[in-house]
Amino acid sequence: MKIKLLDIAHGRSGDKGDAANVGVIAYDETGYSIIKKHLTVENVKKHFEGICLGKVERYELPNLRALNFLLHNTLGGGGTVSLKHDAQGKTLAAALLRMEIEVEEI
Amino acid sequence: MKEKIRIASGQGFWGDLIDAPFNQVTKGDIDYLVMDYLAEVTMSILQKQKNKNPDLGYAKDIPELMKRILPIINAKNIKVITNGGGVNPVACAKAVMKVAKELDIKNLKIGVVIGDDIKEQIDELVKNGTPLKNMETDESISIVLDKILSANVYFGAFPIVEALQKGADIIITGRTTDTGLTLAPMIYEFGWKNTDYDLLSAGTVAGHILECGAQSSGGNFLGDWQSIPDMAEIGFPIAEAYPNGEVIITKHQNTGGKVSFETVAEQLLYEIGDPKSYITPDCVADFTTIKLDDLGNDRVKMYDVKGLPETEFYKVSCSYSDGYSAIASLTYSWPQALTKARVADEILRKRLANLLLQFDEIRTEFVGYNSTHGPLAKQINEDDINEIMLRVAVRSHDYKSVERFGKEIAPLILTGPPAVTGFAGGRPKPSEVVAYWPALINKKLVQPIVEIMEL
Repeated sequence: MKIKLLDIAHGRSGDKGDAANVGVIAYDETGYSIIKKHLTVENVKKHFEGICLGKVERYELPNLRALNFLLHNTLGGGGTVSLKHDAQGKTLAAALLRMEIEVEEI
Repeated sequence: MKEKIRIASGQGFWGDLIDAPFNQVTKGDIDYLVMDYLAEVTMSILQKQKNKNPDLGYAKDIPELMKRILPIINAKNIKVITNGGGVNPVACAKAVMKVAKELDIKNLKIGVVIGDDIKEQIDELVKNGTPLKNMETDESISIVLDKILSANVYFGAFPIVEALQKGADIIITGRTTDTGLTLAPMIYEFGWKNTDYDLLSAGTVAGHILECGAQSSGGNFLGDWQSIPDMAEIGFPIAEAYPNGEVIITKHQNTGGKVSFETVAEQLLYEIGDPKSYITPDCVADFTTIKLDDLGNDRVKMYDVKGLPETEFYKVSCSYSDGYSAIASLTYSWPQALTKARVADEILRKRLANLLLQFDEIRTEFVGYNSTHGPLAKQINEDDINEIMLRVAVRSHDYKSVERFGKEIAPLILTGPPAVTGFAGGRPKPSEVVAYWPALINKKLVQPIVEIMEL
C-alpha cells in the first residue's frame, strides 16, 4: 500500500550556504523504521530532481527518530545571493513530505 | 553553587518579536536573558552603518529595549547576554550606559567582548601566509580582497564567562556563536571546565534549542501546527539548566505556544550538517547522543549529551560585495492567470534580450503555483486558479542592466496580457548583492578581549 510521508513524519528545513538541510522526524518507531528504509540518498535525490542540483548526504539520528539530509547546490547560490523566493529552503521539509512511499509493513 | 539556573531566549534574530524579551523578564522567574541578533547578512548591514557613522554598527533595538527592562532586571537580578553589539559592541554598551544614567540605575557593570572584527587585519594575515581559504571552494580570499565589507571571527562562550567572572550584569558581544550565549552562564554558575566536553556539549545543545526563539516552542512547527495554542501570545523558550548537564526546556506559564518532544526535535534538526559533529569554538557536540523525555506541561528534559574536544580553529565569516540584484512582481487574475503570467514573462525576457542587457541570472517564479516547491508542485487546472503573482528576479555585475530591468516592469501592464495589477511602490531598484566567504583561522591568531564598563 501507498502511504504519504506527511502522515508518518514531520520536519524542518533551512540553509547552510548553498546547501539546504532537510530534517525529517517520524512520529513513532514504526514510522522511523519506514523512513530509515525508504528515504535513501537515491530516493531523496530523485524526489528533489530539478531542485537539488548537487549531491545528497544522509545522516541518521535514531535518538530523535530522525534523518537529516544535506541537499547540495540547491538554493541558487545561497542566502543573500539567491534569487529564489525561498532562498533559505524554508519550505523544503514540506516539499519532502509530499513523497509517497510503497510499504508492506503497515 | 546554584542548584539550577533558568536561561530565557528573548530574540531569535534581529527583527523578532519586540515584546518577547520584555515578556521573558516579567511573566515568570529567570536568571539570564539571552538574545541572538546576528545573521550573516546583519554583519554587512551593520558594517555599512558604522562606515557612515562610527557611533553606529550595533542592533539599535538594544538601548530601546533597555529603557523598558533595565529597572526590572536590576530589581530581579537578571543578567543579560547578547551578541547585538554587532560590529561596534563598545558603542552599544555606551548607549546602554546612557539609558542607565537616564533611569538613575546604580551599580551597573557592562561587559564588552571585542576582538572578533578582523577586517583591518586581513591584508596582513594573507601576507603572512594565512590565506583564509573559502571552506566550500578552497580559493584564497585574495581574489575578493578589494571587495570585503566585513570579516568577523565567531567566538564561543568563554569570553562571556570571563565577563561574568568580572561581575558584569549585562554582556554585549560582537560575533559570538548563538550557542555560546546560552552555554556561558552554565559554565560560570556550575564551574564547568573547558575540558568538560560532555557538559559543554549539553549547554551547546541547549543553546541550539534557544537560538531561534519560539521556533522550539511552537512557532514554524511542521507537525500538527493547528494544535499549537495561542500563537498570538507565544512564549519563548527557557532552558532550566542543572550542574550535571541536564536541561529542561520549558516556557513561562500562561503564555501561548507549546514545548513538546516534537517542537524541540524540529529545532534540533534545524540548520545542522553531520549530527555527530556539531562544531563550535567550545566543543564538538554529538547530536545523536541527545536524549529527550517529554514530561508534559510544556517541559522536555534533555540529558546524556556527549561531545568531543574543540578544534584548533575559529570560523571566520567575511562578507563581500558581489554585484546587484532586483526583484519585480505583477499579479494576473482569472481567467488563464497562469498563462498570462507565462506570456508576460516571455515578453519581458524578449525585451531584455533586445536591449542587450547583461545578467548573470534571470529567475522566474509563479507565486501561487510553484515558487516554493518548483517541479514538485502539482499540475493544476488553469480554470481553478484565481490569480498568480509573476515574480522575476535578476542578478548582474552590471548596475545599469539591473537598473534598466526595473524600468521594463510597469510597461507590461499596458503592453502585455490583461487583468493585471500589483505594481505599487515604483520601479524595483538595484540592491547590492552581499556574498559570504566562510573560512577558518587558527585560534592562536586571534584574541578575544573583555572590557568592563562601570556606572
